Amino acid sequence: MPASTPASATADRPAARRGAWRQLRHSPTGIAGLALTVGVVVAGTLAGSLAPSDPFTTVGPPLRGPSAAHLMGTDDLGRDVLSGVLHGLRTSTIVAAVAVLLAGVIGVVVGAVAGYRGGRVDDVLMRVTEVFQACPRFFLAIVAVALLGAGLGIVILVLGFTSWPVLARVVRAEALSLREREFVEAAKALGASDGRVLVRHVLPSVLPAAWVMISLLAASVILLEASLSYLGLGDPNVMSLGYLANNAQGFMRTAWWMAVFPGLAIVVAVLGLSLVSDAVGDVLNPFRSGRRAEEAAAVPGAEPAGRLDR
Amino acid sequence: MTPRYILRRLAQALPTVAGIIVVTFALVHLAPGDPIVALAGESGDEAHYRFMREKFGLDRPLAAQFTTYAGNVLSADLGTSFVHGRPVFSVIAERLPATLLLMVTALVVSSAVGIALGAVVARRPGGALDLGVTVAALVGYAVPAFWLGQVALLTLAFGTGWFPLQGMTDARASNTGVEAVVDVAHHLALPALVLAASELAMITRLTRAGLLQELGKDYVRFARAKGVAPGRAMVRHALPNALLPVITVIGARVGFLFSGAVLIETVFAWPGLGQLLLSAVRTRDYPVLMGVFLLVSLAVVVANLVTDLIYARIDPRIRYR
Repeated sequence: MPASTPASATADRPAARRGAWRQLRHSPTGIAGLALTVGVVVAGTLAGSLAPSDPFTTVGPPLRGPSAAHLMGTDDLGRDVLSGVLHGLRTSTIVAAVAVLLAGVIGVVVGAVAGYRGGRVDDVLMRVTEVFQACPRFFLAIVAVALLGAGLGIVILVLGFTSWPVLARVVRAEALSLREREFVEAAKALGASDGRVLVRHVLPSVLPAAWVMISLLAASVILLEASLSYLGLGDPNVMSLGYLANNAQGFMRTAWWMAVFPGLAIVVAVLGLSLVSDAVGDVLNPFRSGRRAEEAAAVPGAEPAGRLDR
Repeated sequence: MTPRYILRRLAQALPTVAGIIVVTFALVHLAPGDPIVALAGESGDEAHYRFMREKFGLDRPLAAQFTTYAGNVLSADLGTSFVHGRPVFSVIAERLPATLLLMVTALVVSSAVGIALGAVVARRPGGALDLGVTVAALVGYAVPAFWLGQVALLTLAFGTGWFPLQGMTDARASNTGVEAVVDVAHHLALPALVLAASELAMITRLTRAGLLQELGKDYVRFARAKGVAPGRAMVRHALPNALLPVITVIGARVGFLFSGAVLIETVFAWPGLGQLLLSAVRTRDYPVLMGVFLLVSLAVVVANLVTDLIYARIDPRIRYR
């Protein structure tokens, strides 16, 4: 029997699950992405002790360029830009983590159930998914903040509850293909309940594909949060990269560092997550670009590959 | 494309439209305090409050209120702006052209350049140019639209002085004839390019992926074998098929273009919907806020619908499943 033909039901599981990390280690872009992401998370988590000063406190003369005392310069109120960037990364990390956790749970559950059950359940769940997908997240967040007040919690809830549809679609497609596979049928033949098959067999197998989407979602959530605070709609009590960029707008001529460093921090955070997503995707499916193009052609109105509405 | 497909696709869009109306209705009622404040403003004018309570039936059960609200929305009655004192519909209609000009320019530029660039890159996959485009695409996704705008302002407008800094027109320029058109185009160039830049990377990537896939197929090889030049085989034979996914994406890009436009309008003080939306947030002009949200949501639904129909028209393989 050729090696590519699965000999048993277990071997039929997507090969990607085994050794995905090992393969990821050999992808230079994956390593770079992982390093950037870990760096951002560490910087954000330890912002309190890493930052030279409180991001809202005046600590030096206003509008001074980068120097040994203030590595990223000071803003119009003499606040340390580096401290602002670190605390901004903390906010980005928190928003991305909680919103993506919310979206991840909803998306994986909806997608797995829809794909695994199929039929009417699938139809209904996919219609609901479409409604949520059509809702422009950015504008909904603006309206919610305007009506309910500018708070980090509201931003997180809105982004979490509106970010799951793409994930649900990816997981559904994966679960749909698993439904007919031998290891799932074997489990059913052994008398496992639907719930057990879902949790023990379908979920672990759809997770790798979900990760590709989840890191992209985190990237888009970071961009959305920054964009909202750039428009002045962020939580006024919390430092944010978008707030820093907004503040810089009035000093473009005199203090380039106020705009450049917060922007670079966003780029680093989003780039890291995108690289991780790309690398995981490549490991899962070496022919991805081709397959994705085909998928996009097969489904009218399908989500553009690897790209999310900000 | 059969009439049946069109009807079913239209019917499919209905629950989405209903969902969007439910969301806006729910938001008005979720807001703390009396929903009348969200509908009639904080004027405190009892007579106006009474009139609005009557109009939206706020003393009736929630279900009846929803029917009234949905009826108003569907008949394009979005209420009256507190600030402008005019129907929201006309306030929005006044600002929409500026935003559309920005969006359409960006859409055309990014599609044309992206497809051309994708075709050039696909001729030598793995080459230096290909690598450059791949890296640029990744970075392009990571750069926030507003920051790209700020950097462009910093370098191209402040640095070189080639472009005007803000706004849509120069007060000193004539507002008629060729001079006015040139003036607007000059102001439009930088914001439209910034908005296009964030789209460009994806279009290029998608075109490249589609072309590489098509170029390996038998019909392209046959064309080459019978003596069609490589460039012609690519442009005339492979490209039309490779562009199918690109067209799909255009519909999905409308929502993104709107949010990108709002951000870029803020950077460049472009007098469009974004400015209107933000001033509505600041002045708590809720009807305008809701109106813009409804408009963008419906635009996204319509764009997806139109994309699907165009798609079904040009690709006969697409059938409603």
